[in-house]
Amino acid sequence: MPTNDKNGIKIWQRRTNRESIFHWLLWLIGIMIFTYCWQQISKSTTWFFVWDAPRIATDLWTRATPPKWEYISQLGKPIWDTLNIATLGTLFALIIAVPVAFLAARNTTPSRFIIRPIALLIIVSTRSINSLIWALLLIAIIGPGVFAGIIAIAIRSIGFCAKLLYEAIEEIDATQVEAISATGASRWQVMVYGIVPQIMPAFAGISVFRWDINIRESTVLGLVGAGGIGLQLSASLNVLAWPQVSLILLVILLAVVISEWVSAKVRGAII
Amino acid sequence: MSLDNFNVQTKLGQPWKRPPFIQKKLLRWTIIFGIIAYLIAAYLSVDVNWSRVYEGLERGKKFVLAFTNPDFTSRSSDIWSGMIESIIMTVTSSVVGIGISIPIALGAARNVAPLPIYLICRGIIAISRALQEIIVAILLVAIFGFGPLAGFLTLSFATIGFLSKLLAEDIESMDKVQAEAIKASGAKWTQWINYGVQPQVMPRLIGLSIYRVDINFRESAILGLVGAGGIGATLNTAFDRYEYDTAAAILLIIIGIVMALEYISGIIRARVQ
Repeated sequence: MPTNDKNGIKIWQRRTNRESIFHWLLWLIGIMIFTYCWQQISKSTTWFFVWDAPRIATDLWTRATPPKWEYISQLGKPIWDTLNIATLGTLFALIIAVPVAFLAARNTTPSRFIIRPIALLIIVSTRSINSLIWALLLIAIIGPGVFAGIIAIAIRSIGFCAKLLYEAIEEIDATQVEAISATGASRWQVMVYGIVPQIMPAFAGISVFRWDINIRESTVLGLVGAGGIGLQLSASLNVLAWPQVSLILLVILLAVVISEWVSAKVRGAII
Repeated sequence: MSLDNFNVQTKLGQPWKRPPFIQKKLLRWTIIFGIIAYLIAAYLSVDVNWSRVYEGLERGKKFVLAFTNPDFTSRSSDIWSGMIESIIMTVTSSVVGIGISIPIALGAARNVAPLPIYLICRGIIAISRALQEIIVAILLVAIFGFGPLAGFLTLSFATIGFLSKLLAEDIESMDKVQAEAIKASGAKWTQWINYGVQPQVMPRLIGLSIYRVDINFRESAILGLVGAGGIGATLNTAFDRYEYDTAAAILLIIIGIVMALEYISGIIRARVQ
């Protein structure tokens, strides 16, 4: 127990002297890095605009309220597109993510040294790039539209779903698998009767969870031209139609809240 | 399968059938029909211009080939400054965001905070989680002007919703006995938090913080699209000019940094837990 001798009385302290010096050094370095970074940000900021911000914000608020309610009649189709992008994107992603997850899990992969690293590479590379960037890329390749959005969402979701799914596969109970293979089942039969029933709840949970995230992401994909309600948002922003912008933001907020509610309900029913 | 309606006589002599994933027959078929009807409706409303897609495959091939031959050099100064800006935004927003989310998490934990504070903090968390990063960024760019300050504010704001919620849940599920022992020794409220609560949630806090740094970096890569600083602007320009080799270089750097962060966070999380 680290103590501090003060006039012959031992007083308890949390760390030894050496540890506390080390801690102080770490804090010092951290604060120095933070200050440096903050200076960089401050350098590239026009502070006049920042001091002016409250005025601009109130100005924007007066422009944006009240929302232009009639505009809602034009938002039906974009909302439907957004829903399609999220749902079909999730579906395509799952179709690819399931085999990738099986190839990546330590206990089901056919080859630990060749196929598993490839599967992990697919997972990491699709996961680390945001769906907006995928959308940018796909628009340059296959042209703007809903289809680019679906593929962008699908690619981004592969890594996410496959990662969670392969972790679930790695955590399954091996005795059940062994019991099935002891009956003389083939590799596929072991998969269907031993592994799949164990990961089914996780699978359903992951898909609904990702669908919820995808609804959020697909609302903004239109900003780069990939369809959905984001297209209306960027069009309204470009012509500075703030009452329309505020209505679209409200609709997006509502969609996000509803999808989160649905996903929480479904996950609650499964687990 | 409940044992009450399990009738042995009717099952004898019949081959075993796997129990379906959804037990109720009506619910199962409604869900299946609903899905099929939806898929048909969705397929009909999504019109794909297949000839345009076919044309694009050629360009797609070019892009994939660009990954084998990324161009780090010809735009190196743009890439470098964009990357530095992204990293700076990540560091500052993570520090500030985590700093703000700790008190909010304490306020949003029902076993620590009184009801009014609890409701306020939960409200802040709900707002922060419901708003998309990119939408917040658009509004903040409109208010604060272009540049990394808007990106920094956006990421800090998003960090609050994520970290406070998960940390508050951890605080709520902490072990009461330890915290009570500290209280029983006559500790003040701050001491109680510091010695009773904090040691219990520290591993989770560290793990979540590192994970959030990772997310913030990934998000900072797209904030540039709406003018909030970072590598996104450079990336957007590269795509617009069809400079796939430069774009591939940027994407490779992002993937590399994310992988490195994930590796480091794995090591740190294994050490603290």
